[in-house]
Amino acid sequence: MRVAVIVFPGSNCDRDMHHVLTDVFKLESQLVWHTDELPKNIDAIVLPGGFSYGDRLRAGVIAAHSPVIAQVKKMAEKGMPILGVCNGFQILTEAGLLPGALLKNTSLSYICRWTEIIVKNNKTPFTNKFKLNQRIPIAIANGEGRYYADKETLHLLKKNNQIVFTYAEDVNGSTMNIASICNKEGNVVGMMPHPERSAEQILNPKDAKPASMIFESLLNTLGVTA
Amino acid sequence: MPSFLVNVIIENKPGIADPEGDTILSDLVLKDKKTSVKKIRSAKMLKFQIEAKNKESAEKSVMDLCNEFRIYNPLVSKVSVETSGA
Repeated sequence: MRVAVIVFPGSNCDRDMHHVLTDVFKLESQLVWHTDELPKNIDAIVLPGGFSYGDRLRAGVIAAHSPVIAQVKKMAEKGMPILGVCNGFQILTEAGLLPGALLKNTSLSYICRWTEIIVKNNKTPFTNKFKLNQRIPIAIANGEGRYYADKETLHLLKKNNQIVFTYAEDVNGSTMNIASICNKEGNVVGMMPHPERSAEQILNPKDAKPASMIFESLLNTLGVTA
Repeated sequence: MPSFLVNVIIENKPGIADPEGDTILSDLVLKDKKTSVKKIRSAKMLKFQIEAKNKESAEKSVMDLCNEFRIYNPLVSKVSVETSGA
């Protein structure tokens, strides 16, 4: 089972993600430069966090035009599990793979702290080991993390069960405290919090077990016994 | 071919919070008792210097670029252009 971790100029969570996938959850993981072809035999894709292209113009917009994104779109259509974390979430929205937008935080500040998120959809490839409304202590680190969608889009998100996680508190002004959404089919998930920084007990001041279940869900999806 | 300066102004759509404009209003202007100011909205301006046969063609070329490359996010932003001879 192989997971491609896409690396853009300015990604800075790619190696953390690779470490967690490989060293903690024993999944074969491969870093893939954004101008390279996706490997043929991959089973999942992760777009990691960071500051692709220095967040110039808008977070994620320039990376969304990278050559690899056309291939990511094809894999998304085929139903492959795809996870975008933080900047990866921003790239997925700018690429049109997920609805809505991530705007500057209401505070206009870069936020880097621990918070809790609540599971609202446990049917995705990254949440199928959770119970609904389970709480996850997790790290957030973003400046443009305020999720926004218009009324019509919010209606569809609710109707199609596309809201995956919400914040337990208002951290950045996100509409309905949304921290994570998925596409209508459920295989493409974007989330602002950082599971790769939260899934090891040495890093998590509370409990790393819930965040680790995001990766255990992926293992479950791929048919690997955790 | 004549040259034009096309200024593209990008701002949040009405109804979408603009914390930068709100901060300038609340924490600078109103703190200095300039109570005649009722609202401030922030915006980003990109200045395109472009060669075109006329003003309309220059504006169309710039807006086509803005749409093709998602220079602005149509979900959350509105754009306007101001053009002058460069």
